[in-house]
Order: sequence, then C-alpha cells, then structure tokens
Amino acid sequence: MKMTKTLLASTAVAAIAGGAMAQEMTIVSWGGAYSKSQLRAYHEPYTAKTGVTIINDDSSAEAVAKLRAMNEAGNVTWDVVDVVAADAIRLCDEGLAMEIDPDVHLAAAPDGTPASEDFGDLLVSPCFIPQIVYSTTFGYRTDLVGDTAPTDVCAVFDTETYPGKRSLEKRPINNMEWALICDGVAKEDVYDVLETEEGQNQALAKLDTIRDDVIWWSAGADTPQLLADGEVVMGSTYNGRLFSVIEEQNQPVAMLWDAQVFDLDGWIIPTGLSEERTQQSLDYIMFATDTQRLADQAKYISYGPARASSAPLVGQHADLGIDMAQHMPTDPENAKNTFLYNYEFWADYRDDIDAKFQAWLAQ
Amino acid sequence: MADATQTAPGQTGPMLSADGTPLKQSLARSLRNQKLRALALIAPLLLFVLISFVVPIGQMLFKSVENDIVAATLPRTVVALQEWDAASGELPDEPVFAAFIADMVVAVEAKQHTRLGTRLNYEETGMSSLFRKSGRQIRRIDPIEDAPFKEKLIDVDEDWGKIETWATIKTHSVRITNGYFLNAVDMQRTPEGAQAQPEDRQILVKLFVRTLMMSLAITASCILLGYPIAWIIANNPARVGNLLLILVLLPFWTSLLVRTSAWIVMLQQQGVVNEVLVWLNVVADDARLVMIRNEIGTIVAMTHILLPFMILPMYSVMQTIQPTYLRAAKSLGATNWTAFWRVYFPQSVPGIGAGSILVFILAIGYYITPEIVGGTKGVFISNRIAFHISSSLNWGLAAALASILLAAVLILYWAYDKIVGIDNVKLG
Repeated sequence: MKMTKTLLASTAVAAIAGGAMAQEMTIVSWGGAYSKSQLRAYHEPYTAKTGVTIINDDSSAEAVAKLRAMNEAGNVTWDVVDVVAADAIRLCDEGLAMEIDPDVHLAAAPDGTPASEDFGDLLVSPCFIPQIVYSTTFGYRTDLVGDTAPTDVCAVFDTETYPGKRSLEKRPINNMEWALICDGVAKEDVYDVLETEEGQNQALAKLDTIRDDVIWWSAGADTPQLLADGEVVMGSTYNGRLFSVIEEQNQPVAMLWDAQVFDLDGWIIPTGLSEERTQQSLDYIMFATDTQRLADQAKYISYGPARASSAPLVGQHADLGIDMAQHMPTDPENAKNTFLYNYEFWADYRDDIDAKFQAWLAQ
Repeated sequence: MADATQTAPGQTGPMLSADGTPLKQSLARSLRNQKLRALALIAPLLLFVLISFVVPIGQMLFKSVENDIVAATLPRTVVALQEWDAASGELPDEPVFAAFIADMVVAVEAKQHTRLGTRLNYEETGMSSLFRKSGRQIRRIDPIEDAPFKEKLIDVDEDWGKIETWATIKTHSVRITNGYFLNAVDMQRTPEGAQAQPEDRQILVKLFVRTLMMSLAITASCILLGYPIAWIIANNPARVGNLLLILVLLPFWTSLLVRTSAWIVMLQQQGVVNEVLVWLNVVADDARLVMIRNEIGTIVAMTHILLPFMILPMYSVMQTIQPTYLRAAKSLGATNWTAFWRVYFPQSVPGIGAGSILVFILAIGYYITPEIVGGTKGVFISNRIAFHISSSLNWGLAAALASILLAAVLILYWAYDKIVGIDNVKLG
C-alpha cells in the first residue's frame, strides 16, 4: 500500500509540475562554437534556474524550409529557433513566427530602460528578438600580402598589389555592395544604384575583373579553411570564424574590418505551438535576452550583444582570458567604416538578382 | 488437382469438383485466393511505399502547378480583374480597387497578405515589400466608408498606380498554373503568353544540359575504371578476389562528406597532387593546376564515390561467366582479343547495363558532392533545386525542376529499353 501511495504522490507532483511548465524544450541553433556559447551563457543557467531540460537541434541553416514543412504538416516540434534577421522577416511574412511586443515580452535594462529602446533599431521585424550583431568581413594571410597589409576593402579587387585567390560567398548579397563601393559608388547610394538594371550590371562588371581569382564558398567554415591552407590570400566570412582562426588556432591571419557588413541574429518563436509551450518559450526568451545574459555570451564567442546596455558588461574570453571588447565588430576601432545589410532591399530583390548572379557565375 | 477432375459417372454438363461446384468456378476461386494471399503478403510493403513515397512525392510535385494563393487571398479582386485588359494601357477602374481593399482588409487580418507578396515577388521584383508596407496602412482604411479607393491606394504606394502591378496579379491569378514550369525552362508567364526570360537570367536549361552531360561522363569513366577491376576480382582465386572486393567496399562504408573533402585535400592548388608535381618540377610553382571547384573536381570525386555501384553488378555478372567458354574460343583458334571481345564481353554487357543505370540515375540527382567540389562550373541542377527548397523557398519552381528531372530519367530509361533492352540488365 505504501508503494501505491508513493507512486500516486509522485505522479501528482509530476502532474502539477508538468501543468505549470513543460519539462523539455527544443531550441534550434547553428551548432558548433556558436551553439556552445549559447549552451554556456543561456541554456545551463536556465536549466539550473527552472529545471527545464533543453534539447539542442542544429538546424538553423534550413530553419525556414523546415518550419514551413512542419507548419504544413500541422506539427511544430520546435519551441525557440535561432535565425538571421532576413529569415526572421520571411518567417514573419509567411505567418510562421509569432509577433512579439518587446516591452511586454522582453526584460527591461537594469537601469529601467524599456527593451524597445535598449534594442533600438535592431528590432527589424515584429517577430524578431535580436541576440547578437555579427559581421561579414575579410581576413587576410599576413605572410602572403607582402610589405603593405591591406587596410581597404577594395584590396579584394586589387589583384596587382595582392595577387592570389580570394574567397567570396556564392551569393549576390554583400558581394554586389562591395563591388559597387569599390567601383566608386558612395556608400549611401549603393542600394539606389543596385535597384537599377545598370547598377546590377555595373556590380557584376566589377566582379568580372576578379572572376578568375575567386573561390566561391557556401559554408561558413570554407574561408577559414582556405586561409589556413594558404589557398587564398584573403576571403570573406563571419567575424567569429576569423576570431577562432586567429586567436584559437594561431594562424597567420589578420582581420580587415573595413566595410564590414553588419547583420543580426536572434530568436523567433514559431506559431502553432500550444498555449503552454508558447508561455514556456516566452519565459525562456525573457531570461535569455536580458542584459547580463547577452553580455555573457560574448565571453565565449566574438559576436557583439544586441542590447546597448550589455556592451559595457562585455568582459574577457572565458577560456583564453583575452579582452573581448576589441574583437567585437561593434568596437569603435573596428567599426570605423561599416555597412548595414538592407533587409527590405534584399527581401524584394533577392530572387531577381540571385537569378542574374547565378547566370553570371555559370558563364 | 486430382480430385478436382472427378466427375460423377454418366453425368453430362460442366465438370464438377469434389464439393460439387463447377470446376471452372472452383479453379477461379482458388486462383483468386492465391492472389489475395500474395497481395496480403506484399500489402505492408505496398502501403509503406504508398504512404512514405508516392503520396508525399506526388504532393510535392503537385506544387509545381498549384497556384491557389492568389485567388484564395484576393477572391473579389480576381473576379473584378477579369473585365480588365492590361493591353488597354489604362489602370483598372474603381470596382477593382474597392474589391482589392475589401480583400486586403480580410487578408491583413489573417496575415495572408505578406505570404501573397512573397509568392508574387518570384514573378515581379518589389511585390514583397509592396504588400508588406501596404498591409500596415490598409489596416487603417475602412472598406465601406472610405470610398473611393483608387486615389487612396495610390497614395499608400505609387506602385498601385502602375499597370504592371495589376497585370502581374491578373496573370498569376489562375489556380492551376504553368508558370513554374515555364520558369524552370528559362521562360516566364506574361500577359502576352509565354516568353523567354531576359538572356542574363537564363541558367536552368544550361544546368539541365550540364547535369546530363556530366552524369554521362561520370558513368563512362566508371565503366572504364570499373571493368578491369571487376574482371580481376571475378577471375582471381577467392582469397585475392575477396581482398580486392573489400578494398572496393571500404570507401563505400566511409562517410560521403569525408570522401569528398579528402578530394579537396588531394586536388587543391596547395594540395597533395600539386605539391608533388611542383616538387618533381613538372609544373611551375606559380602555375599550379586547377583541378578542384570546377568540372574536373566534380567528375573525379563523383566517379570515385559511385565506382562501387558500377563494380558490384559487373562483378556479379562476370562471376557467372564460365571460364570454359574463353578456353573453348582459344582452342578454336581465336586470339586473346577476339576471344575476349566476341565471347567474354557480350556476356558481361548485362552487368555494364545494370551498373550504368545505377550510376547514371544516382549521378543525375547528386547534390552534396557538386556543392562542395563543383565551384561554379561543376554544379548540377539538384543544387538549384536545393537552393529553391531551403533558401529562396520557391517550392513551386523546385517542384517543377524536380518533375522535369524525373521525366528526363524516365525518358532515358525508356530509350535504354528500346536500344539495349531492359531484359538485358542483370544484377547477378
């Protein structure tokens, strides 16, 4: 009889706990060093605080397609999804991501500044909860560039001073902008020019001048590998990848921060979750995007926290012990000349310019 | 069967079986039972194939013609637009605008308007933001009281005052469309019928042709490399043959990604092959060979990866060829070559056929290897399909491309059947 009682009691406890909050949630992210930084900065403290088990799924690269398929099948199995801002906008457009009210669902800064002001312009879509600012920028081999290290992004197009291959991402985004800037278009006019057929041709013509010297990459790990092998002199990739090549693997590589393109990465909550799971996800988001948590993530990876109030709290790398502030893309020394990814423009022109770009590549 | 032929002595009429029913009927019943039993045995497989293969793929391929979204999101507008002719050079009249506002108010409420914007943006650049931005403002318009709407909507965004915007909506308002298939062959659906895409956007036909050509090249190089190996394995003592067979199978059990990446290490400009050639002074240090991230890279890596699919069927066919035939041919005065070419080779053709079909069909749909080692000149149509599935989300176009690929394979299979004969294919 005692046994039955114990069983009944424990079932009741489990039922109460389960009723209050689901015991498990699936969080989708990019994997690798990035997921590890989230695990240590967000997941572990959250589990310690609430007892919720977090299951990691490294599917962010196909998140939009998979969410669409899950939605069509009527069975969404993800609770919180990490996506880049452009994907968040598309998920929001398709009704696959939930709209968030920053001042209700996100924590205010320690000094009381409401979240909507603390995140400011980075709230690029009503569904998007910004987490980090990262940049796509160039790294170069210090031993292969001769005596004058490049300081200007147009070094990429200067094959006479810097002979050798360069690696660029196999898509028009960012490359078209850099091509125009290096073809004499003013930074603020780039998207006006790129809207026109002539502007697109101008950018492709500029890329044509280095066509034979380019290795096109499609995975973020390609450029670090190509730099480490000495296959390329310089190449574009995400700044966090270059950080690990330089600081963790000690390769002879340096950053060329000039004309780095800022982009955002953050969370979305899928639509179609049960009320209980939605609440659970909101609870997690409230916790994981507060000022301290965002600053904590920068201890493990060199991406800048999306909150203004987190920046002063960025400290040292947890394992390497180096000061992280100077490795942030947002550091004033690195951010002298920057470029902000234009979400609206690429949402419209992506299909069209991509077709043109791919046709150009295949020539 | 013996008891089934019994008939009562002296009886005329149909032959009866033991239980008195006519023999014909009884036979038919037992045949039917047999068939049902066989069907019941394969039923699990049949259901599995149906549920997990035919239905989902059929649904996916159906997306290549399905285009409900425009008529479902803007039902009144689509009806009102029927009267309007884009060639007239004038904007639609007030009723169209009124219908559009009424439709949009409902769509914005259900958050369907941005989805429609994404769909139409595949056809006309700018639609995506036009619907997103207009949605925010149309929310504030009352669909009854605020009439007339024409001016107001053009105030919201000047693109609503452009004929092309309305022509795009009208052109793509049909529920079953050929638009995706036209896009898949570098054409587009326009108010004036099907037209070719601008030349600087034509890429897909080129990729189809490249996929077919390179798959043929890969199949051919698999035959050339695989035939001698299969011959050696089949014509050596079992001990040697098994060892060789394991060597063939060993890479087969290694991860595909590892094998593909290994080729990068081998073939890149700072890679093993180039280093050796430079060291041997065969090529100059500043003129290293480009062997990866182009057609060569794709053909080399894919030949290596698909080779076991060629060797195994060849080997199992060759194993069944009697060595006595070759000896007989030679004893009748044939040279080595004649004996091989006239006696051995024809008997091994079924193996080549089976291997070629396997390799070719696998190659034509390959995706991951061309993506990694193909650069810009060595990518296949599957890479475009993957792009449209997971990146651009244009599933209609992806489905159309996949349908064309499937049709191409079926046609080639049919042609193979006509030329070589499918009975002439053996896996052992």
